[in-house]
Order: sequence, then C-alpha cells, then structure tokens
Amino acid sequence: MAKAIEIRWHGRGGQGTVTAAKVLADACLSGGGYVQAFPEYGPERAGAPIRAFNRISDNVIRMYGPVLHPKVVSIADATLIDAVNVTEGTLDDAIFLVNTSRDPKEVRAKLKVKDSQKVYTVDATKIAVDSFGRPLPNSSMLGAICKITEVVGMDVLLENVKKSFGKKFAQKIIDGNLNAAKRGYEEVREG
Amino acid sequence: MGKIVAVTGNEACAYALKQINPDVCAAYPITPATDLMQRFSGYVSNGQVDTELVLVESEHSAMSACIGAAAAGGRVATATSSQGLALMWEMLYIAAGTRLPIVMPLVNRALSAPLNIHGDHSDGMGARDTGWIQIYSENAQEAYDNLVQSFRIAEHLEIRVPAMVCMDGFIVSHSIERVEYIDDADVKNFVGKFQAVHPLLDLEHPKSYGPLILTDLYHEYKRAQHEVMTKVPGVVLEVAAEFEKMTGRKYGLFEEYRLEDAEIAIVVMSSAAGTTKDIIDQYREKGVKVGLLKPRMFRPFPFTQIAEALKHVNAIAVLDRADSFGGYGPLFSEIAGAVMSMDHKPAMINKIFGLGGRDYLPEQAEQVINELIKISETGKVGAIKEYIGVRE
Repeated sequence: MAKAIEIRWHGRGGQGTVTAAKVLADACLSGGGYVQAFPEYGPERAGAPIRAFNRISDNVIRMYGPVLHPKVVSIADATLIDAVNVTEGTLDDAIFLVNTSRDPKEVRAKLKVKDSQKVYTVDATKIAVDSFGRPLPNSSMLGAICKITEVVGMDVLLENVKKSFGKKFAQKIIDGNLNAAKRGYEEVREG
Repeated sequence: MGKIVAVTGNEACAYALKQINPDVCAAYPITPATDLMQRFSGYVSNGQVDTELVLVESEHSAMSACIGAAAAGGRVATATSSQGLALMWEMLYIAAGTRLPIVMPLVNRALSAPLNIHGDHSDGMGARDTGWIQIYSENAQEAYDNLVQSFRIAEHLEIRVPAMVCMDGFIVSHSIERVEYIDDADVKNFVGKFQAVHPLLDLEHPKSYGPLILTDLYHEYKRAQHEVMTKVPGVVLEVAAEFEKMTGRKYGLFEEYRLEDAEIAIVVMSSAAGTTKDIIDQYREKGVKVGLLKPRMFRPFPFTQIAEALKHVNAIAVLDRADSFGGYGPLFSEIAGAVMSMDHKPAMINKIFGLGGRDYLPEQAEQVINELIKISETGKVGAIKEYIGVRE
C-alpha cells in the first residue's frame, strides 16, 4: 500500500471542520501530492459531532472509506473528548491536536494516549475571535497542523486559505483567517 | 497537459459537461446527483455554456425532454440518481429504442424502501436491460474521463446508443480528490461537433419518431438493438485508444490488476475496486497470487473478453454492490455467464456488500481473499451467495 498520512477531524457541525479538511487537501495538492478529503455524511445539524477525513500521499490514493487508523487526529472542539472516542484506532505514533485553552499536559492526561503518541494544543477559538471576530477555529487549526505534521509548507497553506476564503468573504475576513493560520502555526504547544 | 485540481466527483463531471457544452440539458435534482447539475446550472447562469437548461418537474419529464431534444437533433445530457433513474424507467427504454445518443452521469445510490441516500448500484443495475450503455467509474478521474469519452461513444455513427456514466454516490461524488482536467480546447476537439441523424428540426425532410410496430417487425427491431450493442465494445476501445493518445490515461472494457499470473481473483466494480487493489498488494507481498478484474463497461457486457482474462484462475469472488432478492447479484450472474464458455471452470462465490452506503472496509476484502485461498486449496465452496460487512 502506498504510504499515506491519514487524518481524522473531529468537530461540531457549523464549525468549519469540513472546510478545513478541504483547504488542507487543496494545499497538499498544490504541494504536488495526491489527496482525499471527505466528511461522513449524515443528518447534518449545527453542533452535532461530525467527522471528516484526509488522506495525503505521494502516490495515487485508491483506498475509499473512513480513515480507521489515523496518524493525525485533529479535534476542533475539546468537549468532544468526552462525547466521542477520539483515540479509536489511532496509530502508535499518532499525533493529536486539540483546540483548547488548557495546558497541553493536562489534555494529554485526559486523552489517556500512549507514551509513543504526541499531543499538541492550540487555543484556536481564541485566536479566531482575536483575528476575525468569530469562533471558527479551522484556520488556526490548519496552521497548527502545518507546523506539527509538515504535510505542506506554510506558504502553500496560506495561499490556499486565501483562495478558499477569497471566494466568499471580504478582504478583512480573509486577512483575519491568514493571521489566524499564522498564529496557529506559531502558538501550537506540545504536551 | 491540463490543470490538476482537488475536486469532488460531481464537480469533475459538471466541469466535463461545461467543457462539452451540450445543446440541451433537462434535469431534476436528486441526492447525490443534485450537486452535479447545480454546478452545471451555475455555468449556464453565468453564460459559460450555451446549453438550454430545461428545469422540469420530475425525472420522467427530464428524460422525456431529453428524448425530445435529442430527436430534434441536439447534443443532450442530464444526470440523476436512484429514485430519479427509477422514475425515468419507461423513458430510458424509449431513449435507447429510438437510438438517441443521450449521455447521463448516474450517481449510484440505493433504492427505497427504506429510504437511503447513500451509494450502491441498485439504481444502475435496475436499468441494465434498458438498452443503454453503462460505464462504471472507480474514482473522480475515471468519472470525468468516462464522461468525456461517453459522448464520443454514444454519438458514434455506427451505434447511436445512449450512455450512462456511473460513479458511487457520496463515496466518489462527494469526496474531494486529485483530478487532472483536460484542456478545454482538447476536450472540444476530442468530442467533436455533434452530428445529428434524422433530426426532427430538419423540416425539409419530415420524419416521424415513435411508430407502432406490432408482431410483424418488433421482434426484428429488438434483435437489431442487440446487434448494435455488439458493435459497442469496438467503439469503446477505439475511443479509449484516442483518449489515451491525448491524455496518457488508458481505458479498456475492464481493468485487470495483477491478474496475469493470479490463481484467485476478485471481480468488483467502482470505488470498491480501489480499496481492493490496496489489499491485493498486501497479499501479494505475502506471496498470495491474487488479482482483480474491474468491469468498466457493464452494458454491453464483454463476456468473451472477460472469460479470456479469467481463464487461468481457480477461484473467483464476485462482489456485488446491488442485490437481486432471491437471485444472485447482477455482476455475479454476468461473470457466471462469461465463465460458462470456459473449458476449465473456476469455483465462484458471490458476496453482496456495501448496500445503502455501508462502508467497504479493508477487512472485508481480506475476508474474501482468505476464503478464496481456502477454496483454491480444498476445491470446496461453502455458500455461494453471502452478505459481507453485515451486522449480525
């Protein structure tokens, strides 16, 4: 099987988690890779737990279906740790990224991850509110993902954030998201 | 070389339709094909195509309008899924029987009841006898490529038969993946100018469509339809060869994956073939000689070519993403039909999987390969038809 990085996103409907998976796919594609991005489709409701997935590889991706053994788990809402099994099926060297203001070590203990797994935190919602006034953590999460996984260069990611938000939003919102991505990259902490 | 994009299967097919710029498109929305036509209607509204988009009140009307427009002499396309295709049923036969080269992306979805919006092949299989060409796609790239090729196939002057281009609902229609688009000019050039045959709008030469043909000639008419279908494989291969020259991407009547020296084989269509290939690689690393055959053209079904490709295997598992209640899966029946002509008949099993979008997981492919290994060793087949990935 082609070596691929598989990412599982946990978020709540309306948070922009699916968009984040899409933007990451776009960014990795412009970085020259093969990509997949897809959410789980169900009765989507704002606030309900949702999952989305990415596969990123240097080779053609043929595998369809949910990511069962993620290398990266990106949790856009820390309350989901109590609601769903976010560690399910994770690889021994998996990386967790949690959107929280809490101390990374505390989050690590709460997740009960293996010693070989890494936990990072970023206060993505606060960064989002600071940057463009809305609690949508996806851009700052993406910045943090970029830093801890190195799946794509930060410059490429920023271009794609700009492209994605440029379609629908005013310059102020685009700039805010770019700033949020940069801050996510800079402020992510390991626990 | 065209541009490389990250898009969904629906997006890719809508883009192909934009590049092809059909004369008329009549459509009615249905999940998961809605997004395809919605995007295409955006191209219409933005003036990026000249297509006359006819927004009708049902899929029956959509196909009816397509038939009218095609008989009038236009290049015509639509798209649908599931219940939409089911509602088109009588008109599908009329489109094919009237030999109108309509092209239709079919985003495969389960049929009610119970209501389910997710992917399986029940809709397409229900339409297998309508006289339409059916081409199934593994991923968004194939859906895009097949759609571009299907206009050439359907409109080929030797056949003039409508064509469905199928992709798995949600699994492919709504997943974002890497797709290489062909340049607009190349698509335009490849598809070529539409040649109308006996158009109603040629008022100098009045003609009539849809006559009554009773016992005197109906039987002959239907045999003629079958005869036309026998010419389709040649056309499909001819178009594929030209397509390969343009893009470097190779298509056949079916795809063989590590099948040449295989002792056991899985036959499966569409997205599940991709997942199966990854698992086959894992078993190959362990020394298991397993291969895959993925039918691309399901109608007409290439019986003899498939029999030739499978003649050396001992055991075959046919995976159907559709069922025939009280019968074998539709793909299994076709493969059994192909195998019938072989001197050495392999053992065959039929697995029904993935109905209503149930995930086809790697462990299901592993389970099937393990069973094939056992059959190959012992020569004993247990149950011929079974459901996999089913909750007990």
